[in-house]
Amino acid sequence: MELDLAISPSGFVFDPRTGATFSANPAARLLLEGMQEGEGLAALVARLQAHFEVGEADDLERDVLEFLRVLQDETLVPAERELEG
Amino acid sequence: MSEKPRYERPSLQRHRSGAMNKMGSFPGLRSKGQIDGVAVGELVERYGSPVFVFSQRTLEDRIRTLRDAMRLRWPRVQLAWSYKTNYLDAICQIHHREGSWAEVVSGMEYERAMRNGVPTSQIVFNGPYKDDASLERALVGQSMVNLDHYDELAAAERIAERLGLRPKVGIRLNMSAGSTPRWSRFGFNLDSGQAWDAVRRLLGGGKLDLAGIHCHLGTFVLDLDAYREAAGKLAAFANRLRDELGVKLDWLDVGGGFASQSRLKSQYLPGEQATPPLSRYAEAVADGLRGLNTPPSEMPLLILETGRALVDDAGTLITTVVANKRLPDGRRAVVVDAGVNTLFTSFWYQHQIHPAVPLHGTPEPTVIYGPLCMNIDVVADSLLFPPVEVGTHLLVGPVGAYNIPQSMQFIFLRPPAVLISPRGEHGLIRRAEVLEDLVSLDRVPDWLRGE
Ligand SMILES: Cc1ncc(COP(=O)(O)O)c(C=O)c1O
Repeated sequence: MELDLAISPSGFVFDPRTGATFSANPAARLLLEGMQEGEGLAALVARLQAHFEVGEADDLERDVLEFLRVLQDETLVPAERELEG
Repeated sequence: MSEKPRYERPSLQRHRSGAMNKMGSFPGLRSKGQIDGVAVGELVERYGSPVFVFSQRTLEDRIRTLRDAMRLRWPRVQLAWSYKTNYLDAICQIHHREGSWAEVVSGMEYERAMRNGVPTSQIVFNGPYKDDASLERALVGQSMVNLDHYDELAAAERIAERLGLRPKVGIRLNMSAGSTPRWSRFGFNLDSGQAWDAVRRLLGGGKLDLAGIHCHLGTFVLDLDAYREAAGKLAAFANRLRDELGVKLDWLDVGGGFASQSRLKSQYLPGEQATPPLSRYAEAVADGLRGLNTPPSEMPLLILETGRALVDDAGTLITTVVANKRLPDGRRAVVVDAGVNTLFTSFWYQHQIHPAVPLHGTPEPTVIYGPLCMNIDVVADSLLFPPVEVGTHLLVGPVGAYNIPQSMQFIFLRPPAVLISPRGEHGLIRRAEVLEDLVSLDRVPDWLRGE
């Protein structure tokens, strides 16, 4: 997946196509970076696990898929785009 | 121990102009881990969730504040607790211990007041429908009955005649005052002359004595001028009654309607900024009454039927997050275990919602849904809220007014209510409902039973 975004370490996100800016929390920033590197669902989940202490009730796969929906809603990725396994 | 930061669900917030200062530290959302010194966790463990929690200290403070503020400005003042606002026995009894009488609007409420030990002569009976038996009981018991319409006036006359009594009654007036919407369906209209006609009709009947006038402007009235104007009109009406008809009133009742710290959905400023303190309401009423022309020895009793402003801020609902989801429009949704079945006032008020534990993370526009399978079951819409985990307790307030009597057993049973004493003791003032409470009312007719 290609994501043409400027992402600062503090979570400030800039979309050069539209000029829109966003605040990403640490998990969102990590996922955006992973997506820029073309990672699929499993790799993105692993990335979160590597960086955070995850609780039993957390469902990372669901969170990543929901986050993709948010990106689609914000038109940062095309609506039809799916993550590879 | 792990060095890794605690996982927090991904969140991306688009910047909108002017919204930047709402990010970051998010001063609007304080956590509240206790109510009057009792930990939220302890309350939930003991009584379950959801649970209504009432602060006796706050309730007593409010009652005393209003009473003292009014007494400072008027010689004879009596509070009458508006039963409909919250008629849990313990809540009513706190009012009565503080010296308040009862204000009721149905036979059921009248009986509740009698059960609580209120003498019938200290019950104010209002409302547009007083059934014959209840009206008779109140007239015989020398309650302060405020008549609402001509049919009720005629009913009171029939009862008086049949029993050979000559009861004292009051009449309810409605009027335009300040900027409040007019509740013109109750009582007789003052501005049009209808109220004056009603008085002449009442006196002409020769079976009742006019002893009081009453008005209740509406509820959650933020406009102080409305009280100044209404009290002024009542005083002018009382003067005219004395001057032209020789009527000396025993009571002047300005009803209820003062606002609590809650916030209407349409309201821009939060309650702490928009709601006048009780002393300002007392001042407005006293200002308006200044024109009353009565010798000190014949000063009528000033009755206040304040409901919401006394009990609302004393009540909190503890509810628990049961699910998180994401709506198609990108907003976060949180499902909690109490909805509009329990918090009927969510339809009109934006309640404050505080987590019991500090929440970290980026606040996002969030909708809080109740547990009902109905689209209307929204406890709070468009709230900026940080991520919140399932199992987190949320404190919703102020909810002490009207929620307990208006809550319903729709889909779920009604929750318990707990009182915390000024010394920090706590106990049930209403137990949780069980299925038997409901089904014991049901009947299955013979023809539906098996052979
Ligand atoms: C006649 C009367 N008195 C008093 C009240 C109490 O009003 P509030 O709770 O707004 O003070 C009401 C409420 O509707 C009422 O109808």
